[in-house]
Amino acid sequence: MSLPLLSLVTFVPLVGAALILAMPRADAARWIALGTTIVTFALSLMVWAAFDPHNPGFQLVEKMDWLGGGISYHMGVDGISMLFVVLTAGLMPFCIAASWDSIENRVAEYMIAFLVLETMMIGVFCALDLVLFYVLFEGGLIPMFLIIGIWGGKRRVYASFKFFLYTFVGSVLMLLAIMSMYWYTGTTDIAALLANPHFPPQMQTWLWLAFFASFAVKMPMWPVHTWLPDAHVEAPTAGSVILAGILLKMGGYGFLRFSLPMFPSATEMFAPLVFTMSIVAIIYTSLVALAQEDMKKLIAYSSVAHMGFVTMGIFTLTHQGVEGGIFQMLSHGVVSGALFLCVGVVYDRMHTREISAYGGLVNRMPLYAACFMVFTLANVGLPGTSGFIGEFLTMLGAYIHNSWIAIFAATGVILSAAYALFLYRRIIFGALVKPTLQTIQDLTAREVAILAPLVVITIALGFYPKPVFDVTTPSVAKLITDSKASLAFDHSNHGALAQAASGKLAAAEKGTGQ
Amino acid sequence: MTLQADLMVLLPELVLALGAMALLLIGAIGGEKTAPAISFGAIALFVMAGAEAIWAVPSHASAFHGAFVADDFARFAKILILVGAALCILLADEFFAPIAMARFELPVLIVLATLGMLLMVSAGSFIALYMGLELQSLALYVLASFNRDHLRSTEAGLKYFVLGALSSGMMLYGISMIYGFTGSVEFSAVAHVVAQSGVGIGLIFGLVFLISGLAFKVSAVPFHMWTPDVYEGAPTPITAYFATAAKVAAMGLFLRAILIPFPHALEQWRQVIIAISVLSMALGAIAALGQKNIKRLMAYSSIGHMGYALLGLAAGTALGVRGVLIYMAIYVFTNLGVFACIQAMRRGGKPVEAISDLAGLARTNPKLGLVFSMLFLSLAGLPPLAGFFAKFYVFLAAIQAGLIWPAILGVLASAIGLVYYLRLVKIMYFDEPAPALDGDMAMGSRAILVVSGAVALLFIFAASPVITAADVAAKALLP
Repeated sequence: MSLPLLSLVTFVPLVGAALILAMPRADAARWIALGTTIVTFALSLMVWAAFDPHNPGFQLVEKMDWLGGGISYHMGVDGISMLFVVLTAGLMPFCIAASWDSIENRVAEYMIAFLVLETMMIGVFCALDLVLFYVLFEGGLIPMFLIIGIWGGKRRVYASFKFFLYTFVGSVLMLLAIMSMYWYTGTTDIAALLANPHFPPQMQTWLWLAFFASFAVKMPMWPVHTWLPDAHVEAPTAGSVILAGILLKMGGYGFLRFSLPMFPSATEMFAPLVFTMSIVAIIYTSLVALAQEDMKKLIAYSSVAHMGFVTMGIFTLTHQGVEGGIFQMLSHGVVSGALFLCVGVVYDRMHTREISAYGGLVNRMPLYAACFMVFTLANVGLPGTSGFIGEFLTMLGAYIHNSWIAIFAATGVILSAAYALFLYRRIIFGALVKPTLQTIQDLTAREVAILAPLVVITIALGFYPKPVFDVTTPSVAKLITDSKASLAFDHSNHGALAQAASGKLAAAEKGTGQ
Repeated sequence: MTLQADLMVLLPELVLALGAMALLLIGAIGGEKTAPAISFGAIALFVMAGAEAIWAVPSHASAFHGAFVADDFARFAKILILVGAALCILLADEFFAPIAMARFELPVLIVLATLGMLLMVSAGSFIALYMGLELQSLALYVLASFNRDHLRSTEAGLKYFVLGALSSGMMLYGISMIYGFTGSVEFSAVAHVVAQSGVGIGLIFGLVFLISGLAFKVSAVPFHMWTPDVYEGAPTPITAYFATAAKVAAMGLFLRAILIPFPHALEQWRQVIIAISVLSMALGAIAALGQKNIKRLMAYSSIGHMGYALLGLAAGTALGVRGVLIYMAIYVFTNLGVFACIQAMRRGGKPVEAISDLAGLARTNPKLGLVFSMLFLSLAGLPPLAGFFAKFYVFLAAIQAGLIWPAILGVLASAIGLVYYLRLVKIMYFDEPAPALDGDMAMGSRAILVVSGAVALLFIFAASPVITAADVAAKALLP
């Protein structure tokens, strides 16, 4: 019997939270939280080590009875989800470290919220049961709500409510869809549903829309993205890192895990809608980003634009597009997280995020300017940074699918260069004239320790993305083959399917309905 | 059937009836100073009755020619009722003792009301149903106005009495029509007649009156008006009793009195139930938004919750019943915790009830703030807390029965409801602290909070026994 690695990596943070509850002193809480997240990260690396990249199916599977009636505690990772586990576990120590001094009030509660959130986020990527997935997907809302609401900025109450309600309304519709799937198939097991995903096309349409409601808000896609800038602006630095780095990725992961393989006909039908929304997101939110006066808001809008590339790539259903989407999510997780950390660095010193309050920082903060530059360029998608690979591949996928989409998306690349470099110029370059900035200090050792690894990862992945693709390629290939196969099945089986459906439903009622 | 076998079926009820008389005698002879002993005796009676309901009562039996039945459904409901009642006595003890209002009549009245509730969930005929219901109601009218020197309390009792009598009258009228058109008051006999001769217009009238009366008892829209006033006016532990044990009994009665006699009139009553269910969810959520008093807020919250539970009844299947039972079980434990928290809201020894008094509670009293907000989030139905699973199983049954639109409306209502629950969390966690509440809590309240918090938090890990028990109970009602 091997170690239940996935359960460990999921629940170790919860143990840390319990420890802090027992020892709620501020300094103890900080150290316990840091230790826990580092242990979790080590465990996630063990997951990576134990992962067999040649196997496209689910690995490290754990299954236990949970609620009965075909709803079980089922965990497992494949090439699509595994790296998100590593990303989540990897970003958390940075978040804790970034909050070390900047959070002064209610430290224990803060750390507990983050650790609970980590359990939920890792669990989402490991869950192989729809109900379990939903519980964890929604469970993350409460800690995030508290993080924004307690330690946030001036309009924190508004932002936290908006965040919560947007995501909640989207998700409850998904819950009803999960229930319909349960009654149709008699199971909520994701592996079983993926193995035999034949919902009738009419039903697929509704299910797809319900899942879309949830993931599009989470992603967030235009026009339901408006909660994100508010949440980002008000959240404390580490909260923004988690929001941009992990929570947004749940939407993309959901599309890959559910929408594409389980509802292929509906995916085909709605793909033009998704492309349109993605293109609008890429162009429109980039333009909006250009006009922002708040650093965090600018990065938030740029996140929406980058997520537009992800949805565009995913829904092309090409190898390049899907892998590019995954890579883009991972890269954006690191890069946007790092950008928010960079904003946090100056915010901790000046307590303002107004772009106009800065200027000429390079004169006093050369180290900071260098780090910020790497992340800015990665955000732009400069070759040699991780941002390039994902953007390039998604556009390649889009080009194969329909060249017009790629042409529109390419304008977004130009715009992203415009807003990112504009931001950089206004903050870093120019003369250091503002009297308040005359004494500003460069990065402390702690901040260097936080930012340096992220710089290394960003550049390393830009030159050598192979470790990522080694993991994702087999699973993505399987995803695409499977969903094409079941699409062909749907096209050839309309009549027979309807009949099978009524028979199956009756059987399900008989089996479970007594 | 021999008398002895009949009495075995009603053993828990007999214990309560005889026990209540004995306690009354002791109280009358010994005077006010016996009050604590009588409270203790009442709790002991509940424990005894619960033990008998679990172990002594046969699981498939009926007594007095079908007037009372003992089955797993009744057992499940009875245990919930007894737990709720016992914990409410515990709360009441700690509420009345400091204000020198601890009277021996209170536990006796609670025992009598609980006896009525046990009879309600065991009822096999309309006469038995009415008997149990009135026994319960009469005791509850008195309990509502128990704080007799308090204006609001007497007002609550009077209001409850007038409206309750009206609803009882409506129900009795409905029963008389059902009797008139089917020739029987026994549930199974009525079902038999309806199956054979169909659903006539007269029967539908009877059914509607019956449902109206029952809807009043569970405080579903449009028969909910009494709830906020009574919840606000009644002493807190009594409100807790209304919100927990009384609701379980009324819901159990509702299920039995609709599902057993009228399975063949499903189409006729289902639309009514769907309507009151959806309206209750919506009104509960929207009206609670503007409340300033925590007990009034809980009243609207309970109206909403009854709406969700009724959705399970509207499904009309064993799965639906299972959903309702799981819902009620989680609801009882969560609500007991909430009312224990409300009772702990005291400043300078005086109870306070305004929501704004909770401001910053998470800072002035972190433990209470944590449990309080967790319970509210559980009531809102957020995973991973227990309240999510309550809603999950009800909606699961509704979807299976094809009630897609009511389910969609239900989840949207829950999103509106979420706003006021989140507002409470916001007040406790985000707002600047109000003057601190008295920190001390009595042992009983503390214990209730621990139990209730544990249920809310840990249900996810130990859900399956509860679900199995509810499943067995539901299948006893609808095989």
